Amino acid sequence: MGFIADHLLTLILFSPVLAAVIIFLIPRDQVRVVKWTAFILSFIPFVLTLILWLNFDRQELGFQFQEQAIWYQAIGSSYHVGVDGISLSMVLLTTLLTPLAILASFTIKDQVKSYMILFFLLEMGMLGVFLSLDLLLFFVFWEFGLVPMFFLISQWGSEKGEREVFGRKIQARTYAAFKFIIYTMAGSLGLLLAIQMIGVVAGTFNYQELLVGWDSIQGSLFGIPAPIVKTIAFWAFVIAFAIKVPVWPFHTWLPDAHTEAPTAGSMILAGVLLKLGAYGFLRFVLPLYPVQAKQYAGVLAFLAVMAIIFGAFAAYGQSDFKRLVAYSSVNHMGFVVLGIAAAAFAANTQNATIALEGAVLQMFNHGLSAAGMFFLVGVIYERTHTRNLNEYGGLFPLIPVYGGILIFTSMASLGLPGLNGFISEFLVVRGSWPVFTAFTALAMIGLLFTGAYILKGIKQVLHGPLNEKWVGHLPEINVREIFVIAPLMILMLWIGVWPNWILDVINWAVMTLF
Amino acid sequence: MQFPILSVIVFTPIVAAIIILLIPGERKTEVRVTALAAAAFALLLSIWAYFSYDIQAGGYQFLETYAWLPSAGISYQVGIDGMNAPLVLLTGIVMFTGVLISWKIDDRPREFFAFLFLLATGVFGVFVALDLFMLFFFYEIAVFPMYLLIAIWGWKETREYAAMKLTLYLFIGSVVALIGALAMYFTSGLGTFNMLALEQAGFSSNFQIIVFPFVFFGFAVLGGIFPFHNWSPDGHVAAPTAVSMFHAGVLMKLGAFAALRVGIMLLPQGAQFHMPWIIVLTLVNVVYGAYIAMVQSDFKYVIGFSSVSHMGLVLMGFATLSQDGMLGAGLQMFSHGIMTALFFAVVGMVYDQVHTREIPRLGGFRKIMPVVAVAFIVGGLVSMGMPGFSGFVAEFPIFMGLWATYPWVAIIAVISIVITASYIIRIITKVFFGKIPDEFNDHVQDVSVLDKLALVVLSAVLIGIGVYPPLMVPIVSSGVEHILRLLGGA
Repeated sequence: MGFIADHLLTLILFSPVLAAVIIFLIPRDQVRVVKWTAFILSFIPFVLTLILWLNFDRQELGFQFQEQAIWYQAIGSSYHVGVDGISLSMVLLTTLLTPLAILASFTIKDQVKSYMILFFLLEMGMLGVFLSLDLLLFFVFWEFGLVPMFFLISQWGSEKGEREVFGRKIQARTYAAFKFIIYTMAGSLGLLLAIQMIGVVAGTFNYQELLVGWDSIQGSLFGIPAPIVKTIAFWAFVIAFAIKVPVWPFHTWLPDAHTEAPTAGSMILAGVLLKLGAYGFLRFVLPLYPVQAKQYAGVLAFLAVMAIIFGAFAAYGQSDFKRLVAYSSVNHMGFVVLGIAAAAFAANTQNATIALEGAVLQMFNHGLSAAGMFFLVGVIYERTHTRNLNEYGGLFPLIPVYGGILIFTSMASLGLPGLNGFISEFLVVRGSWPVFTAFTALAMIGLLFTGAYILKGIKQVLHGPLNEKWVGHLPEINVREIFVIAPLMILMLWIGVWPNWILDVINWAVMTLF
Repeated sequence: MQFPILSVIVFTPIVAAIIILLIPGERKTEVRVTALAAAAFALLLSIWAYFSYDIQAGGYQFLETYAWLPSAGISYQVGIDGMNAPLVLLTGIVMFTGVLISWKIDDRPREFFAFLFLLATGVFGVFVALDLFMLFFFYEIAVFPMYLLIAIWGWKETREYAAMKLTLYLFIGSVVALIGALAMYFTSGLGTFNMLALEQAGFSSNFQIIVFPFVFFGFAVLGGIFPFHNWSPDGHVAAPTAVSMFHAGVLMKLGAFAALRVGIMLLPQGAQFHMPWIIVLTLVNVVYGAYIAMVQSDFKYVIGFSSVSHMGLVLMGFATLSQDGMLGAGLQMFSHGIMTALFFAVVGMVYDQVHTREIPRLGGFRKIMPVVAVAFIVGGLVSMGMPGFSGFVAEFPIFMGLWATYPWVAIIAVISIVITASYIIRIITKVFFGKIPDEFNDHVQDVSVLDKLALVVLSAVLIGIGVYPPLMVPIVSSGVEHILRLLGGA
């Protein structure tokens, strides 16, 4: 037990790699064995995370379970990991969604082995981002996660659809994968430059040392006054993270990537990958640039409100079910950014704490509901081979269980009181109302359209006149699929009714963030 | 007496070349097995030398000195420090994998391997030489077989042109460098070519400023510095696969390394004077090279120009004259050497199957040659500077060095990363994914076990250093410290 307790984070971080290696050794034609091994192995990180969760001291300030080892000494970077309440909840989300996504992938037929290996590598990349306490290590994992996702979209994505680019027709999934990786990498360039600059100036990449060292730099850097340099670096960070979240107007990669990705890929993409950007704001932007963050919080809040309103409008305008859900992510992540902006502006006040609690909880909640929604879209797509909302209609009598689950999950996404979305959106709005009253009021109006597009989705699929062609061709949701969605539904309800078990963990971390 | 490990490494290939020439030409299998055994032996020795280098002690180790032409002050002196130990290892790895993937060569394999090994001796010799004359001696030995290897075994369309162009560029470069070297020899008044002595010669700063460009550019031609890079893509493309691997993987490092050892280390003040404008040339290398690579439609030309771009980063790292920049440049020499050897190996394997390198005509090779596809992806990620691979470990400190010296260069140079990403991803999706064109459907086969072994070795090195930089960073750091002392003492 001693070894496990001392190296818990390292074990969580690298157990997916171990799983990938084990799967690599299974012969490629043993498809069933590959699937079940992947599913079972994906529980190792989850169980370890539960151990972590139970042993996490909720009253202690700062990072826990820290580990440090020599990695790249020459430039002042080390392997340094640790968790606080924010990262802990994100790690839980990641390790929870991965087994569910793998279970949801059992219908994959092509190259199952490579698919599962990539999935585990993706999990490692995401966990690394949440666990790193070293700026360079953070960047390593940040970029690393792109690679598996690129292949998941371009190889296992939707086979239909073409896009015309520069006069040549290419598959829509290739286009989407390209757009995803190029957008994110372009954003990362500024981040990379800023990280290098910080490394040179501060002489270390260690998070805790940077908080002191980087903040205390005054005077001039490279012949330019330090505040200007810091402002530029601030924007480099913000743009990189804003693309990932994504904040309007950097969101256009998202609908393509989500729509073309395989179901499990969309689950992870919406469930966890978008959180990486928001996590970057919390972990690095606010603590490293408190002054600039406060100065430009208004801009961020404005963009967040735009994301909320336009995201909702755009979602309403879609006739593709999956695109509708994709745009809903833009809408929901807007609340996360709004909370962060409000907290940046009103640092060290109670409002800030509430807004940030809401933002972190919203990250977790959106992870649950977006993953659930994408899964449900996948379920119906596998049966009908269409995502066009106009081709469904009146399916409730044919698939009542599915219908019930869809309504439940949609309501969680909508923010119905009693379910998880309500709690977090309420906290964000409560925290930001006194800070950005006008923006928050606009965001509330955006919430109205959230209701509209969610109800449109439900109506088009389940209600209205029955489209006769599905009669007899539409099997009910099966047991495996229920096993995927059930844990998500339980958590949605649980957080909605009694959110304290998770807020407790988030709370301390949020209060000490500044 | 201590085992003369460096001399054994240097002369193993040439001894093997002689043995190979003694084997009757029609016994091709014996030739190949002998070549492989010799390459494996040299590789093992270079691994041994690399890992038994004492980082704590630093400085030049495994020194061997024999008088060669005492009256002219020329001695045979070899030794390794932190800068060249990785390069010796690199040469060992590239030589071994080069032999593996040349197994199929059926046109006079005996002569092919003999010339290849002659080249290898030259390369090993330059890396370990501590005597300026010896360095030139081995340098010419390395350049000469290149001409024959390209002109005889190269791609039929352009081999004569490319071989001639390459040889002329490099010989002119070496003559220019030789002028500088002789100037040093006569001006120092020490009457020796010993570089350890010349390091302490205390040349006047005017002399250094005048001579430095001769030496630096003379060698940097082989490193592919803009605007003298033109020979390199042509040469890469025309050369047979193993020679391209050697050429881009090792030979270009020879130029960069010699420019460092003879230029920067012997004439530190000259370096400090000239570097502010040389860095602009390297910036052109980095960005323009990447851009030209992006617009190529020939698979091999893409890789050829990507070498120009990546070697620009090496020279750029040197040009910062800072600790981080030099560290990164040292790592990048190794990382790029392995990466580009991997790339050319892959290009060769694809070409052998389909006899075209036109990217638009290729597609879907992942299904037929999965190991090749994975290896190319690994190399591509290294090339893009993706974290977790050796390219990142190497490029990151170069950029840190730039930030500390020329921040605006860092901001411009970073553009190359996006351009690189776009051409690498384009090749990956176009060549390895998608559908196999009908014209290749029946007759394309997977590569042999030996080819796979070569690719696995190269990929493993790239990932190993990317995941665990302490494998290489400390040793290069110790080499950099020595250079910094010379620069600081100037």
